[in-house]
Amino acid sequence: MSHILVLGHGPATHRLLRGLRRHGHDGTVTVLSAEYRPVQHRPLLTTVLQGRLEADMLRPEPEPGARVLTGAVATAVDTARRVVHARQGDTVTAHPYDVLVLACGARPVIPPLPGTSDRTGRLAPGVTTLREVTDCDRIQGTAVTVLGGGPLGVETASALALRGTVTTLVCSGPHPLHERLGDTGAALLTARLREAGVDVLGGRRAVRREPGRLLLDDGTEAAADSLVLCTGVEPEVRLARAAGIRVHHGIVVDDALCTSDSRVHAIGDCAEHAGRTVAGHESALAQADTLAAVLTGREVAHRLTPAVLRLRTHVVDVACIGPLAAFRRSGIRTVGLFDPAGRRYARLALDGDRIAAAVLLGLPDAIATVSHLHRRGLPVPSDRLGLLLGIRSHFPPAEDDDRTDSMVCLCNHVSRRQLAGAWELGARTVPALVRATRATTGCGSCIERVETLCAGWTDAAGRELEPTP
Amino acid sequence: MPDALAVTRTHCPYCALQCGTRITGRRAAAVTVEPTDFPVNRGRLCQKGWTAQEVLTAPDRLTTPLVRGRDGRLLTASWGSALDTVADGLDRVRARYGPDALAVFGGGGLTNEKAYLLGKFARLALGTSNIDYNGRFCMSSAAAAGNDAFGVDRGLPFPVTDLARAQTVLLAGANVAETMPPLMQHLDKARLVVVDPRHSPTARRAALHLQPAPGTDLALALGLLHLAITDGLVDKTYVDQRTRGFETIAARAAAWWPERTEAVTGISTHAQRTAVRLLAESRDSYILTGRGVEQHRQGTATAAAFINLALALGLPGTPGGGYGCLTGQGNGQGGREHGQKTDQLPGYRLLTDPADRAHVAGVWGVPPDRLPGPGLRAYELLDALGEEHGPRALLVLGSNPVVSAPHAARIAARLASLDLLVVADFVPSETARAADVVLPVTQWAEEEGTLTSLEGRVLRRRALLSPPPLVRSDLEILHGIAVRLGEPAEHYPTEPREVFEELRAASRGGRADYSGITYDRLDAGEALHWPCPDTDTPHPGTPRLFLDEFAHPDGRARFADVEHDGPAEDTDAEYPVHATTGRILAHYQSGAQTRRVAELAAVASEAFVEVHPDTAARHGLADGALARVTSARGGMTARVRLDPTLRPDTVFVPFHFGGDGRANLFTNPALDPRSGMPEFKVSAVRLDPLPE
Repeated sequence: MSHILVLGHGPATHRLLRGLRRHGHDGTVTVLSAEYRPVQHRPLLTTVLQGRLEADMLRPEPEPGARVLTGAVATAVDTARRVVHARQGDTVTAHPYDVLVLACGARPVIPPLPGTSDRTGRLAPGVTTLREVTDCDRIQGTAVTVLGGGPLGVETASALALRGTVTTLVCSGPHPLHERLGDTGAALLTARLREAGVDVLGGRRAVRREPGRLLLDDGTEAAADSLVLCTGVEPEVRLARAAGIRVHHGIVVDDALCTSDSRVHAIGDCAEHAGRTVAGHESALAQADTLAAVLTGREVAHRLTPAVLRLRTHVVDVACIGPLAAFRRSGIRTVGLFDPAGRRYARLALDGDRIAAAVLLGLPDAIATVSHLHRRGLPVPSDRLGLLLGIRSHFPPAEDDDRTDSMVCLCNHVSRRQLAGAWELGARTVPALVRATRATTGCGSCIERVETLCAGWTDAAGRELEPTP
Repeated sequence: MPDALAVTRTHCPYCALQCGTRITGRRAAAVTVEPTDFPVNRGRLCQKGWTAQEVLTAPDRLTTPLVRGRDGRLLTASWGSALDTVADGLDRVRARYGPDALAVFGGGGLTNEKAYLLGKFARLALGTSNIDYNGRFCMSSAAAAGNDAFGVDRGLPFPVTDLARAQTVLLAGANVAETMPPLMQHLDKARLVVVDPRHSPTARRAALHLQPAPGTDLALALGLLHLAITDGLVDKTYVDQRTRGFETIAARAAAWWPERTEAVTGISTHAQRTAVRLLAESRDSYILTGRGVEQHRQGTATAAAFINLALALGLPGTPGGGYGCLTGQGNGQGGREHGQKTDQLPGYRLLTDPADRAHVAGVWGVPPDRLPGPGLRAYELLDALGEEHGPRALLVLGSNPVVSAPHAARIAARLASLDLLVVADFVPSETARAADVVLPVTQWAEEEGTLTSLEGRVLRRRALLSPPPLVRSDLEILHGIAVRLGEPAEHYPTEPREVFEELRAASRGGRADYSGITYDRLDAGEALHWPCPDTDTPHPGTPRLFLDEFAHPDGRARFADVEHDGPAEDTDAEYPVHATTGRILAHYQSGAQTRRVAELAAVASEAFVEVHPDTAARHGLADGALARVTSARGGMTARVRLDPTLRPDTVFVPFHFGGDGRANLFTNPALDPRSGMPEFKVSAVRLDPLPE
């Protein structure tokens, strides 16, 4: 019996609790949730923003067997005494643990931009990040500017445009996601965003925010009743660092997701595993699964989740795998297609038959298949253009199959040869062919083909040609 | 006398479509089969149906009882001595180990009368709780999900012919074009959305084919529900007025946004959205599930997830839409209603419900406490045979578990460890060949009875011929054993009509109420779907269920709270490929019947494995050569067929073959906790070339 204390109440925590229950953890679990309305499904914030999902849907479901303290803000971790100090409203509380799990997530990076926050660091009215449910309500007015050309910036801008808000997206690179998509892909993304009503201002920096507008370094300005800062996140490491736990970019963990203190684990965006931190939703869930196994006495080592960037936007389907630099590695073969008018673009970097990197835009089926192959570590099929175009390999369609032994009626296993034989023996009409061979009497899908064959043979015989089908 | 007749109208002996047939002939060797205008098949038949008469004259048909002699060989015996051997064996085991050491394994192909009497025989003559049947491997997940959602489980709660009006039909894990060809005529006009990891003949006819990674159907169904919610396609009035539990599953489905669903299933967000729109924006839409999504350790949850989607879209219980499952075995519907399921009594009553027990005990003329409680479910029962505290004698009717049970090598070993194995069959199936006593029984064209088709319609099976002289009916066998065990002879009628009269009484007032159905009404040509209670003016039956209310006490359907958990077994370096199993057109179930039909055997004579050409090349397999398909449980041998339409990560093996060609040598007996369904549809396997 051990008592597990979890700091943070995001998706990683939720998944961990489920895993502990499934593995038969017999100790107690307490969760300190700093938020009163914790967000379980952060990727859905932009769906809430569009008004297509109730904000309540993002709330985590109750976890049987775990004690969840909402509004409990951890203030210090005492690893020597194995206790976490917290503040719940005006009350100071202490929470002992046998095992501590840090699942504190990440927090938005606020750029040093004049006019965005007051001296205490509190965001000015009309300025928000998009991290919590309440942030959605803070985005108001008819014109909104999104600052930041990363995935969240693109997703937020397109969600706002969809709901009819006048939307501007400002980014310092030439295009949003330029570093991930490269010149061609990123230019196509910009084009699609503009078609969807997003005013994309690339290659600009914000210099100052004033109520109602954002001033840019080229002297222009963007209308901004609200300004949404999508300027990146950083792992929440402050408690860990203060407690003397080893921190690099994130809280450093080994393959058992254990920190430099053997009783403290970290998962999700706050953790740094194998040099990767803020690795996203999929990775957080995988880490939670591993940790649930570790904490219930199983010998498992966490394996890195293959990283796939998959944009959540209605504007265009976009996915990226791996760094662009992979395309320049020696021994890499590339496959690509580019359809500027159709706004479709694909580029694969193949290391043997495995995917080292990929950029895909406007090709929904290829995105689904390629990212699935990459996640599962599977080889790409030999028909690579078929893969990119989402074209399934087919058998030759039966109608075009003129071989004499081709199968006409699957349900009764009647070949063209058998029909021809029956015709020769005097079955010169479709009903006669059906009686003789039972073709067409199952699902009936071959009726037309039998009619065509019969007509063809009759025609040939009528012209006194060799009546050999 | 049947002999005097040259022609009779009956139904095909195979699948749950129960196509209407007219059979003609005065002796078995001269019988011919033709389709009738019965509304389900309307003049159509597949190759199995056209050739069904050949099983009547199978060269190795069982025509006399066999008893295993001291030398280990099965020897001809008289009925008297064979039944004495059975009864003595059962008595001995029961005296030493108690009644639960006796077990019964039935089948979804048995007539209603046989299934009913088998359940009664197990509970009263044997006194055992251990009776279950092969439908556990077939319909149990859909049945459990249907009962939970609607309060009653009738595969299709509407006639098959309703489908002809549909604009969109989603077929989840159902390969209708190959397994039920005559049904396709009712789907000709609809746009089909087919969910299947294989590009099956049905998928080839689809407007949209979703090809998920094996074992991810539940994630897909949750993802489709998510889209129905976020795209504003939920029928809110219907949900408010006719259902319960939407909020819980809606919160659950919130976690399955399209990109996450895509990551798990491999199905693009675009295709997901198209599927939901096709369903939601059509006038008449149906969602139908088959074994492909049900034969998983999460089979019940998966069927429930598709029902959730149907409920959210407001389909079930409306005149132009609905949910249904496509029952597989000939009497897969009736066979799951009348008491051969371990937790169940006739009329879809429950063995755990005191009122249900009292009613049936009353009909049987015994005190309710003589009825044992629920026992082991199919795989658990087979798995326990011969083990400590497990059954030591087994009676098998209408089933071939040596071929059809998962982890088949283990099951064959369990059967071999029994003190007594008795098998009633009409051909020497793989299981019959392992028996201590083999009892030859009548076939479809030699017997009377009723079956209940996939649409809940009760149908008459009629005899054209007399059986071979030394062949008896299953009813006669149960009678013979029961009497030898000291039961009153009149409790085990041998006339199907008499048994049906008893079944009517036992089902009276039950969920599957047959009390208003009689042989005379059926023979007069009436189309009667259950429930059909016995009323003063004859009840017309219930072709369409749920139009006014669902069968729960409050009349509302239930959303199920389900979550995707993935298959029990994932691929790894040692077993890098998924294998899935299923049916092909030429064969039926374990193939015990169809492999004996020359025309069908010529189409598919041996086990094969369909492999993507890339995968074949990677594993050194050549088209037409032999391969071993091996999982952590064992391996089988199959001939390689290259198929470029397959997912490269998945191979397909049909389960109709015996010996070393048994797909079930590699399948996974991970069970669905609710239904007891094994995970037939996903195993992790290795592929190796095998020199001939």
